[in-house]
Amino acid sequence: MPSTNTDFDQSIGLTPGRTFLTSGQKVGQVFVGFGLLLLLAAAFGSEALSPLRFFASGLVSLAFGLAIYYVPDLTAPTTALSSGERVGLGLFGFGLLMLIATLAGLGSLAPALFFWLGTGLVTLGGLLFIRARYAGRPGGIRNDGVMFSNTMSRGAVGWLLGIVFTGFYVLLYWFPAALEGLIRTMDPLSWVLHGKPADQWFMYGTFYTLAVLVMGVRALYKYRHNRYQRIRTFSVMFFQLVFAYLIPSILVLFNRPEFYFSYFWPLKYNYLWPSDVQWLMSQPGGLGVFMVFWAAALSFIATPILTYFWGKRWYCSWVCGCGGLAETLGDPWRHLSDKSVKAWQIERWMIHAVLVFVVATTAVLWINSATEGAVLGGLSGAYARVYGFLIGSVFAGVIGVGFYPVMGSRMWCRFGCPMAATLGIFQKYFSRFRITTNGGQCISCGNCSTYCEMGIDVRWYAQRGQNIIRASCVGCGVCSAVCPRGVLSLENGPREERYNGPALITEDLTILTDEDVEAGAI
Amino acid sequence: MHIVIVGNGVTGITTARFVRKMSDHRITVISAESDHFYSRPALMYLYMGHLTYEQTKPYADDFWEKNRIELLRDYVREADVAGKRLFLSSGAALSYDRLVLATGSQSNKFGWPGQDLDGVQGLYGLYDLERMEQNTQGIRRAVVVGGGLIGVEMAEMLHARHLPVTFLVRERGYMDYLLPPEEADMVGRQIRSHGIDLRLGTELKAVLGDEEGRVRAVVTSAGEEIACGFVGLTVGVHPNVDLAKASGIETNRGVLVNRFFETSAPDVYAAGDCAEFREPLPGRKPVEQLWYTGRMHGRTLARTLCGRRTPYRPGVFFNSAKFFDLEYQTYGDVPPALGPGLRTLYWEHPNGDRCIRINYREADGAVTGFNVMGVRYRHAVCAAWIREGRSIRFVLEHLGAANFDPEFFTQFEAEVVATYNAGHPEAPVRLKRKRGLRALLTH
Repeated sequence: MPSTNTDFDQSIGLTPGRTFLTSGQKVGQVFVGFGLLLLLAAAFGSEALSPLRFFASGLVSLAFGLAIYYVPDLTAPTTALSSGERVGLGLFGFGLLMLIATLAGLGSLAPALFFWLGTGLVTLGGLLFIRARYAGRPGGIRNDGVMFSNTMSRGAVGWLLGIVFTGFYVLLYWFPAALEGLIRTMDPLSWVLHGKPADQWFMYGTFYTLAVLVMGVRALYKYRHNRYQRIRTFSVMFFQLVFAYLIPSILVLFNRPEFYFSYFWPLKYNYLWPSDVQWLMSQPGGLGVFMVFWAAALSFIATPILTYFWGKRWYCSWVCGCGGLAETLGDPWRHLSDKSVKAWQIERWMIHAVLVFVVATTAVLWINSATEGAVLGGLSGAYARVYGFLIGSVFAGVIGVGFYPVMGSRMWCRFGCPMAATLGIFQKYFSRFRITTNGGQCISCGNCSTYCEMGIDVRWYAQRGQNIIRASCVGCGVCSAVCPRGVLSLENGPREERYNGPALITEDLTILTDEDVEAGAI
Repeated sequence: MHIVIVGNGVTGITTARFVRKMSDHRITVISAESDHFYSRPALMYLYMGHLTYEQTKPYADDFWEKNRIELLRDYVREADVAGKRLFLSSGAALSYDRLVLATGSQSNKFGWPGQDLDGVQGLYGLYDLERMEQNTQGIRRAVVVGGGLIGVEMAEMLHARHLPVTFLVRERGYMDYLLPPEEADMVGRQIRSHGIDLRLGTELKAVLGDEEGRVRAVVTSAGEEIACGFVGLTVGVHPNVDLAKASGIETNRGVLVNRFFETSAPDVYAAGDCAEFREPLPGRKPVEQLWYTGRMHGRTLARTLCGRRTPYRPGVFFNSAKFFDLEYQTYGDVPPALGPGLRTLYWEHPNGDRCIRINYREADGAVTGFNVMGVRYRHAVCAAWIREGRSIRFVLEHLGAANFDPEFFTQFEAEVVATYNAGHPEAPVRLKRKRGLRALLTH
């Protein structure tokens, strides 16, 4: 389908009006060809090579290729790509093809080879692309073209990614056998870290950590002029890699319980459920007891204290793995969060309902445990399974991450996470944290509200000269970073006058005159 | 009472909002430009793709109905100030009890040859933005003329679309009619660091067109011909007085008003960019064309409209801007050249990308103004120090309380104090407070 593209081809200096294949269409052709190859392989596949998987992978690749070829929107870049970016994207694309081949079953034949060809190349290509895009240019806010991008602003690529992410979670939770080829490529790494073959959760953890690290590098580049962002991004990368990946793996390697020291009840609900507590307590040595102590102490003692001093951000945008993924992988889609009052109303109902749900579930489990099933029988177990399925899997995973490219990066944190709910209550009523508005300097441009991943209409407060204190604010600091007039700053301070900010500002500092100030305000 | 406001920019809308807060008067806001209020300073972010139009609206669309502010999309041709009626382009007429003119500005053009060719334009409103979108399709170079805030914004906009930009600025230093030389240099360096071909001390002589009437080049005062497909004329704005003139209301550069925003016609007021004070306030301009002044005008005027006749009494002057990545905030009065009896304390980072300037009176040391670039300072703190006439020594001792940068940013207050002490070795100042909110609240 030869075509002419008016917007971008001219911007990269091609003669207008010439007929040619866009580079995107060439990519489409490669995917189509590769898909046909896999279909062919399916025809000759033996038992070991699973004709069915070849066929499915071939179809996927074919569909991708045709979509890329025939939907110009999918591949028309909004900005001209430099040669470095092209190399990065090329490697990334080749890595994707290899991942499809891996899924077809080839991963089982040569795990190490396909680990590097797929996962390795996607990682390398992504890093090279990020480096080419950001390195060697002045630091500063560069949201150029975000609203024109079909990847970042619900264009064709965005929807496609949404389907791929969601599909991955569906397979991961309920059809892990379909991912067999991919899981096998993780075996060599799993032997090193876990001392046993990989399962779907090891594969998932590895991908999750890689996503945080690679896209963390992107965030470090993107916000490199801002020290708060650099330190914060480094923190989420560190906690994901060490606390949510390496330490749990090493614990397994030494035959200890796989325990995540960076997740607490009620987010990690089962850590304070009787089954887990009893199992941990029964572990030999003091480690299991320490884990139970850690879980309880962090949930009930450390959380209120830390939130009092620094707001919920100490956890949500500095430590938490869900937050870490949102701040790194999810950053390109942070502006897609719904800013309407309606969404805010739904948020408050929904997140507190989930909190009630998990507290109730925990309570009935303990009652059941204490009464040895005399009161509730099998009911509490069923209750717990419903919570695990609906909230733990569907909400946190499928919707929480799967919908990143369509509904923004913090769907789970905003509407579903019970930990965020408790932290939010502390933050709103018992914390020294606030976002301070700098007098009358706001120009109502809307950058703060737009790039707030939690859907807070920051501007509504800022343009009134009012401080921002909202239960949902995770303190990522991006509103302050994108503000072109230096209006917003995240601060901890005395709780008196936290709502009104510095005493001078009542509603609109700009009108205050000497006489007004003497009279006490307008 | 029916209050009709012509213009839905920040002045008109602020007036409407505060009239509603204070009264139950019927309010109608008429605009030819847009259905709803949007943030004019955010225009650049639309072209750059940082924001969508919807996101530049400070209030949701249902805000207006909820607050009973009637919006009318029409152009007001003329006001019959005796009969208190407006005649609209649609043919309709509208009666009012009180009329507010908040018609804003228009872009300047100085009669250059070729200034009306296709591809030559200013930047003021949504219409200009649409034209700019079309005018910059497929071009290879753009020229921006005029060293004001809109000029640098336009250069940044074009740069964000990967278009090479030549930037002609008449002055020897960027915006040196407002900025002291050090700050002007810093902005110039910032503009050049982004690859903009900045030509200081260069004026536009003529715009050349091709046979289809489209711009093909500009000729500069140096006699150089620069091939380009787009010319942005950003040489300032002037008050839009078309309606006032057509209605027989007294005008000069702007619509003439007193400190109550009352024009020569009864029950007709003018505020914002389009108004000109018959007697300017001490130290302020007769025509104030800032977002912030528009907001202050509107807030003050709303009180008068609601029966509490209030003169315009702005507090300590403030303004802000962003030149590419360089943020700028100013408080009080910082003239480009130091006046008699004034001293200045200027600190600049060795990298040349941040500075802090504090002006003070020689006689009593009272601070009169702040300029900060690449650093954020607190409005409330700086304004209070200036208003209270705090001495430079007091201010330096407490300078940390003014810092508004995000957490973990390097603080430069100690360097500023050291700069002062280098000139006053006999009585050095000691920085008592670093930055912190507690310092501010216990101040």
